[in-house]
Amino acid sequence: MANHTVAETIHVPYLEEKGILSWILSTDHKRIGIMYLVSISTFFVLAGIAALLVRLELLSPGKTIVDAHTYNVLFTFHGSAMVFLFIVPGIAASFGNFLIPLMIGARDVAFPRLNLLSYWLYLLGTVIILFSLLKPADTGWTFYTPYSIQTGTDVILLTFGVFILGFSSILTGLNFIVTVHKLRAPGMTWHRLPLFIWSSYATAILQLLATPVLGITLLLLIAERVFGIGFFDPAKGGDPILFQNFFWFYSHPAVYIMIIPAMGVISEVIPVFARKPIFGYKAIAYSSLAIALISFLVWAHHMFVSGMSEVAATVFSFLTFLVAIPTAIKVFNWLATLYKGSIELRTPMLYALSFIFLFTIGGLTGVFLGTLAADVHLHDTYFVVAHMHYVMIGGTVMGFFAALHFWYPKMFGKMYNEAVAKVAWFLVFVGFNVTFFPQFILGMEGMPRRYADYPPQFHTLHEISTIGSWILGLGILIMALNLLRSLTNGEKAPDNPFNSLSLEWQIPSPPPHENFEKIPHVTDWTYGYGKKNNQEG
Amino acid sequence: MNWLPEEASNLARNVDTVIWFVTIISLVFFFLITVVLVFFAIKYRRKSGEDETPYITGNHFLETLWTIVPSILVLVIFAYGFIVFKQMRTPPQEALEINVIGKQWLWQFQYDNGKTTINELYVQQNRPVKLIMRSEDVIHSFFVPAFRVKQDLLSGMYTYLWFTPTKVGVFDLYCAEYCGAAHSKMLGKVIVMSPEAYERWRKGEEREEQKGVASISPVQLGEQLYQQRGCNACHTIDGTPSVGPSWKGLFGHEVTLQDGTKVTADENYIRESILEPQAKLVKGYQPVMPSFKGILTDEEISAIIAYIKTLK
Ligand code: HEC
Ligand SMILES: [Cu+2]
Ligand SMILES: [Cu+2]
Repeated sequence: MANHTVAETIHVPYLEEKGILSWILSTDHKRIGIMYLVSISTFFVLAGIAALLVRLELLSPGKTIVDAHTYNVLFTFHGSAMVFLFIVPGIAASFGNFLIPLMIGARDVAFPRLNLLSYWLYLLGTVIILFSLLKPADTGWTFYTPYSIQTGTDVILLTFGVFILGFSSILTGLNFIVTVHKLRAPGMTWHRLPLFIWSSYATAILQLLATPVLGITLLLLIAERVFGIGFFDPAKGGDPILFQNFFWFYSHPAVYIMIIPAMGVISEVIPVFARKPIFGYKAIAYSSLAIALISFLVWAHHMFVSGMSEVAATVFSFLTFLVAIPTAIKVFNWLATLYKGSIELRTPMLYALSFIFLFTIGGLTGVFLGTLAADVHLHDTYFVVAHMHYVMIGGTVMGFFAALHFWYPKMFGKMYNEAVAKVAWFLVFVGFNVTFFPQFILGMEGMPRRYADYPPQFHTLHEISTIGSWILGLGILIMALNLLRSLTNGEKAPDNPFNSLSLEWQIPSPPPHENFEKIPHVTDWTYGYGKKNNQEG
Repeated sequence: MNWLPEEASNLARNVDTVIWFVTIISLVFFFLITVVLVFFAIKYRRKSGEDETPYITGNHFLETLWTIVPSILVLVIFAYGFIVFKQMRTPPQEALEINVIGKQWLWQFQYDNGKTTINELYVQQNRPVKLIMRSEDVIHSFFVPAFRVKQDLLSGMYTYLWFTPTKVGVFDLYCAEYCGAAHSKMLGKVIVMSPEAYERWRKGEEREEQKGVASISPVQLGEQLYQQRGCNACHTIDGTPSVGPSWKGLFGHEVTLQDGTKVTADENYIRESILEPQAKLVKGYQPVMPSFKGILTDEEISAIIAYIKTLK
């Protein structure tokens, strides 16, 4: 930008200062966002490698590369690292931190030091979890008792690490809620907020309210393991399915902690590349809140065959179907936004459209699992594995990749190679479907999950799935190399390469330390694309 | 739908109809969404930077429509799933009761005539069965895909399950709840017999060893037990290591244990390996062998030892 006077620190791009201390002591929300981005991406790669090994073992029946115990350790690490280290902090902590102040016209989050503390707690949690790998746990990421009490592996360190991560999550949620309430620029009314802000807000509420339950549950588990107090062990007067109730009371809302921010990303990307206002703004905004609230009331749909009462199963099945409605509303609104647009298939848009397609499959197969009679057959089979990955990769990770390619120029001030990015997208899209679609069939045929070995009739489908994982892995590798290489070799990014109307694009790329020279005065919502409002250049 | 396994119980057809019903509704929505998505992405792709786009922010009619239609559909799906679930959870009075015990890592079935089987559940065609189940350790889950039934087994609480097998044959039984190292080896079979064959089995005529010790040698009995008690899930007799060491050439040879000490595999060692498998762990193997204490009698253990001795 022309008015860039280097003398004033306020105009110095936030990436300017070098040195590790300038990062890990920084309270700048943008730097904290980038640190989260780097950390969660690292764990995404590590947990992804574990997944590739899991798939490799399943390439053929019998022992392929590792024994059963090592296999169990691998899927436990894959699941817990993906969930607790990558996808739960995920888009909210990385892009949320970077974007929330920029989008609402603020200089930082409400409590910058608390924000840094959240990141340190995240780091502490990861270090503890990495130490647990000295004797890695084999419980699966769900830590079901009594197995998690019985196993000789290091469940305590792992759950303690997750416990610490919980505090990070709670503090981030708190920070974001206050930020959205208190720091909106003049004129940025609730109904002018970008939908990414609405979804971050809904996510923050979930983080704040649900995470403490996880913390308490894990403490009880640790107490039972260390002091032998019988909360969950029936032999000591405990309740054999209490742990599952507690665990899912957090972990179901957590599913929405993982997916709602990605929905926010999609709501930002689609209008920009379709040059159309978002269709049904209020419906999308309030459906995020509706999903967040209902998600507290559906946890036991993971437990229809656990031994809980039929009445409870019926009530929870019913409530589960209620979540389907706001989710469907969102999909229809995104589709309607495309109508009569001027659609440009840049990489972020390709990921966003993939999200709609894959998330639809993930959502519809969720209907099978919410249906009592069907769930009895499909529960704990590969159908669930496929469903969950369609939601978590097809949904959240596609949203994450869309966000990466959309805000990359803003974050780093560089453009990536578009052609390479599209090749990577194609491989990711194809590889993902080849990996996970066969798993729906495997599940219907009755292949149970968490099996280190399987009967020969499942061989072909497992083989296809493993080959798919290589395509998917290759796609992600190419994507990562492209983005990393562009950090140094990329062309300099314009301030607003995609012609967005949102506030973060009206400042330099990368943004200066204090974001806005003058706090902007907002007069319209961010989705004023189209004929009425031809203000974009 | 051939993605689903063969329908071999009275419940299977009903469950499949529910799955079919949900599949059809899902496919309609899936195609609707995909077609619209692809159609819009092609029809409205950008022609030039000057494309004019209309300023449309919403439509109350559409918004109401796509709230109400899915709401009605999910209510119907819920109700249908519930009706069939209710049937699955209501065993008939006359159902034959069989006790099921799950433990790491085997299934034990106890019948009203005092018989006990391991990893093989014997039932009669067209006769309802109610399984009364419990676990001796961690959670397991009884899953027979061909019957479309699944239920967790807990310790400290009975759970139950019922079905009426409709086809004679042998069907796979899986443990569907993760239960540790040999979870994927906790497999069994459900053997559905015609009424006549089942009667014969109940009276014990089919099992040769019941005919009296004279007619069957200990080695033969040991060989039968190797199959019937599920040792073959983890031990081979041809020298290839599996989940557990092969029995070929085991007897009389030196075995290296986890802590490096060496022991000779004599009668007492094998006996202890069967009753207290975790006491002396063979090097290179996981501690996954279930204890057969209370399952195998002394006579049967001797027979297995006799059988192992023959595997040179
Ligand atoms: C779930 C798998 C599994 C099943 C079922 C199983 N075993 Fe084992 N068994 C093992 C493993 C693993 C070892 C080696 C580790 C150990 O010593 O416990 C072993 C070791 C043994 C040994 C010592 C072998 C040696 O080389 O020193 C004997 C004897 C034995 N089992 C007998 C039996 C008998 C008899 C049965 C059936 C009644 C049986 N096992 C069923 C897994 C199994
Ligand atoms: Cu859930
Ligand atoms: Cu199991």
